[in-house]
Amino acid sequence: MQQSKTLELLVGLFVAFGIVALFFLAMHVSNLNPLAAEAGYTITARFENTGGLKIKSPVNIAGVRIGRVSDIYFDLESYESVVEMRIEEQYKTLPDDTSASILTAGLLGEQYVGLTAGGSDEFLEDGGTIDFTQSALVLESLIGQFLYQNKSESKQE
Amino acid sequence: MIRIINNLGRGTLDSLAKLGRSALFLTHAVTGITEILPRPRLLTKQLYFVGVLTFLIIVISGLFVGMVLGLQGYYTLSDFGAEESLGIMVAASLVRELGPVVAGLLFAGRAGSALTAEIGLMKATEQLSGMEMMAVDPIKRIITPRFYAGFISLPLLAALFSAVGVLGGQTVGVTLLGVDDGAFWSQMQAKLDFYDDIMNGIIKSIVFGFVASWIALFEGYDTIPTSEGVSRATTRTVVNSSFAILGLDFLLTAMMFGDN
Repeated sequence: MQQSKTLELLVGLFVAFGIVALFFLAMHVSNLNPLAAEAGYTITARFENTGGLKIKSPVNIAGVRIGRVSDIYFDLESYESVVEMRIEEQYKTLPDDTSASILTAGLLGEQYVGLTAGGSDEFLEDGGTIDFTQSALVLESLIGQFLYQNKSESKQE
Repeated sequence: MIRIINNLGRGTLDSLAKLGRSALFLTHAVTGITEILPRPRLLTKQLYFVGVLTFLIIVISGLFVGMVLGLQGYYTLSDFGAEESLGIMVAASLVRELGPVVAGLLFAGRAGSALTAEIGLMKATEQLSGMEMMAVDPIKRIITPRFYAGFISLPLLAALFSAVGVLGGQTVGVTLLGVDDGAFWSQMQAKLDFYDDIMNGIIKSIVFGFVASWIALFEGYDTIPTSEGVSRATTRTVVNSSFAILGLDFLLTAMMFGDN
């Protein structure tokens, strides 16, 4: 009898350790926060070009992450891409003339949406749209422009 | 020439028959859960043999794999000045791949081979036929608890492996090599998703637990009841489970992470 009690205890410990490991992975490694996923509101912005922006890319304002990109799709009517962003609940009071641009973290880093607050007294609401946007800088077209300029200048001389 | 064709045909038929036997065996073992629900002690005992005794090797291997990942990752990443990404690198490789796969391989080697040898010897010493004589279904009584024990243990062991590995990587990266502790964790938490990364890793380990226990128990049950037969069956268990785990890992990875 004593033997089987210790055995049960060890099995219980094993299962408990396994579950603790799962919780550690969920909470500490992936930062699963069920509340954060629920609360929040969605705003959209239209861009000519979203570059390498992906779903789940961060949305920053003044360098602080306040949300994530939740969806990116192409609008066939305006031929623009539409970026949906999920903003956390506590950042509810963004002015409705806030502007959005697609920026790159570092030279080779990932792309994110940078918001710049405007001065309006009205706030963006759930489903609201950001009207002032600046597309991603595409390195190839920048270089292309630069080369083209150089060429035309040297022709003029 | 005729003999070659004959052998080929017989080989194919034999392996098909074995596959069929193993599938029947599996359904028999899985439905045997009705037998162990009223006797949970059968399962507890097997959880001890399959899970608890594999615990130590999993924890130690996880720690060392994590530490090596931390060390190797640090030297590679520091060339690009990206040491802060060490956390995400260690955690992603452990949670997505190494945790389920290495835990599965260790499980097949440590627990699977023991299961095969045990069942094979039971068959060789005619304990299984003895049970049948007493109108006790040996598959339901002997195989089913072991099967479910393996099925339950491996996901837990894989989670432990990953968790201990992350801590090992943190020990080497942060404590010994001086990566910033905050960056180590925050990069990891920002990039790893619970559903996409951790759940997929757990699904993998559930599949591996299922397959590894299935192979180990079937090889034991299907063994030729001699000492040579048992030794062959044990070898086959380790080899076949390893192949199955690695092959399935490729398939599962292609399915889970293919679209992004």
